[in-house]
Amino acid sequence: MTPTYYLLLSALLFTIGAVGVLVRRNAIVVFMCIELMLNAVNLTLVTFARLNGDLHGQVMGFFVMVVAAAEVVVGLAIILSIFRTRRTASVDDSNLLKY
Amino acid sequence: MTTTLAEGVVDASGAASAAWLLLALPALGAAVLLIGGRRTDKWGHLLGSGTVIAAFALAVVTFFGTDFAQQHNLHLWDWISVNQLVIDFGLRIDALSITFVLLITGVGSLIHIYSIGYMNHELRDRRRFFAYLNLFVSAMLLLVLGNSFVTLYFGWEGVGLASYLLIGWYQGKDFAATAAKKAFLMNRVGDVGLALAIFLMFKNFGSTQYTEVFAAVGDAPTGLIVAIGLLLLLGACGKSGQFPLQAWLPDAMAGPTPVSALIHAATMVTAGVYLIARSSPIYSLPQAADARLVVMIIGAVTILIGCVIGCAYDDFKKVLAYSTVSQIGYMILAVGLGPAGYAFGILHLITHGFFKAGLFLGAGSVMHAMNDEGDIRRLGGLWKKMPITFWTWTLGYLALIGFPFLSGFFSKDEIINAALGQEGPRGWIFGGVALLGAGLTAFYMTRLLILVFLGKARWTGLKSADGKDYHPHESPTTMTVPMIILAVGSVAGGFILSMVLPDFLVPAIGEVQETHGALSHTMVGILAVAISAIGAGIAYLIFGRSEQPVERPQRVTFAVRAARADLFGNHLNEALFARPGTWLTRALVYVDNRGVDGLVNGIAAGLGGSSGRLRRTQTGFVRSYALSMLGGSILVVAALLVVRFA
Repeated sequence: MTPTYYLLLSALLFTIGAVGVLVRRNAIVVFMCIELMLNAVNLTLVTFARLNGDLHGQVMGFFVMVVAAAEVVVGLAIILSIFRTRRTASVDDSNLLKY
Repeated sequence: MTTTLAEGVVDASGAASAAWLLLALPALGAAVLLIGGRRTDKWGHLLGSGTVIAAFALAVVTFFGTDFAQQHNLHLWDWISVNQLVIDFGLRIDALSITFVLLITGVGSLIHIYSIGYMNHELRDRRRFFAYLNLFVSAMLLLVLGNSFVTLYFGWEGVGLASYLLIGWYQGKDFAATAAKKAFLMNRVGDVGLALAIFLMFKNFGSTQYTEVFAAVGDAPTGLIVAIGLLLLLGACGKSGQFPLQAWLPDAMAGPTPVSALIHAATMVTAGVYLIARSSPIYSLPQAADARLVVMIIGAVTILIGCVIGCAYDDFKKVLAYSTVSQIGYMILAVGLGPAGYAFGILHLITHGFFKAGLFLGAGSVMHAMNDEGDIRRLGGLWKKMPITFWTWTLGYLALIGFPFLSGFFSKDEIINAALGQEGPRGWIFGGVALLGAGLTAFYMTRLLILVFLGKARWTGLKSADGKDYHPHESPTTMTVPMIILAVGSVAGGFILSMVLPDFLVPAIGEVQETHGALSHTMVGILAVAISAIGAGIAYLIFGRSEQPVERPQRVTFAVRAARADLFGNHLNEALFARPGTWLTRALVYVDNRGVDGLVNGIAAGLGGSSGRLRRTQTGFVRSYALSMLGGSILVVAALLVVRFA
């Protein structure tokens, strides 16, 4: 197999995710973009695991999924509570913690 | 006992072992009076006098009960013990210190008694006055009895404190406060010299005990010996009002007269002479010849300064103060002569202690009777009103100018003779100065006598500064009795002491070296008396035959104006020390404010300003943080790639 396509896809997904985090204001969308970046990384890990013929990369991928799941639970809870108090899900509106 | 004793030094026993009581009694008196406060007002003066009289009695017992062929060392306790710095608190009872103890407690007792009468205008504060006097006596005894330079220094500072407190006694008056500060500061200049000398001794000899220092000093290099000698001399100059630090002593007359008599004439100001006589093993070394020469020059210069200024002043006590300055100049000159003069310096110190204390007490008696009037141009003709004061004062006066067979005659003659006995031109210069000083002394003292006691009563019709008429009257018995005793001492003391004292002092300061000058001893005596007579005669011709004006003449020669301005001693100190000192402190303050503080404050302000700007990057927008994280990550990855592949 050639890893090039997998890695290109992975880089593409990561770039889409990163740009999404930087340009979108909706917290939910930002969140989804973060998931996209995580999974792009997962794809890279799995590709190299396959290339090297061992399981280390795949195990790492599982860890990332678990962490991502935990992050989603906490993050969504925060977003929900912010929405309840401030009636908005925009990340730019929650800017009180500054100089 | 931890330290080994040198030859001729034994542990104190018998009466000498109770010598600590000499210090403890006045110290206890001072403590009770100061801590007891107003409750002791009624009997404070009695306690204060009692402790000093008891100390005197104890000193007499010690004097007769001790063998002074040896030096007695009394170890009291280990005082300072830090690594190699071991200083015992101990006393040394020998011929020199017991002589001083007798003078201090003897004259001190008389002046305490006198003060009971003198201070009866200020009953409210009399107790505090006696407390300070007791403090002084205790510190002065420690100064002369201590067995190391550090205990001496302790007493030295103690008497400085007591002197400061007593000069500034009239707290409400500006001139008294200024005089007290001046005395304190000028004494500090001298104290620095003494302290440095002590440091040098400890550094080089490892000890400050007299016995150990004197045992080790013989092997020291010449430079070190001269340095120690000069630094000790600086200390002596500060305490004893010697050139160039003489200006504080006349101002110290702002204190009550008993203080002037006890501290600033009879005892404390002679501490410098004691210091040099006590250090005689250092000064007697052949290597210390240069230091001794400086001592002699200082003494000779001071004799002339004191005499010349004394001729021009119109303030009763200040003339006496300058007289004290010049008489101490004689003593310093004498101890500077080395083995030929130590004993005579001490002899003059003792006789001077008697007659000068008597003269001051007489001045105090006059001022007590004349509403504190000290301007001799406003006095005159008092001999009829105050016969006892007049006669006792006259005896002191005769003793001071060296009238034959009174005390000053013996002591001053010996000094002049020893000075003339120096080799070559030195003998003529120092002897000549001493003779000239004797003539000038006779001149200004006769002027005082005529203006104060003889002539017309110029005070009739005048009013004192507080607007009262003058009603001169003889002083109470508590004041006249000490004056009579001191007058008797001034008359008889010299003859007896000149017989006994030089031999008595041999174990402490060594044999008197005979001097043979160009003139025989008898000739010197006749010459000195003749010159004094000429001085007194000139004074009589100027002041005795014509009436003196009440206002001081303003149109006078430059010499008189210079003398009235203390021969510009204050200007000299001001220009040489005070102003450069002020400039130095101002410059240092400037460097501190602009330089040191500027650096510290600049760093703080720079950090504060830059962090204020950096703070602005914390916008609170999550997406900008994300961007910076991304940028950072890209940088890290790029760096990794560069390291890896470049």
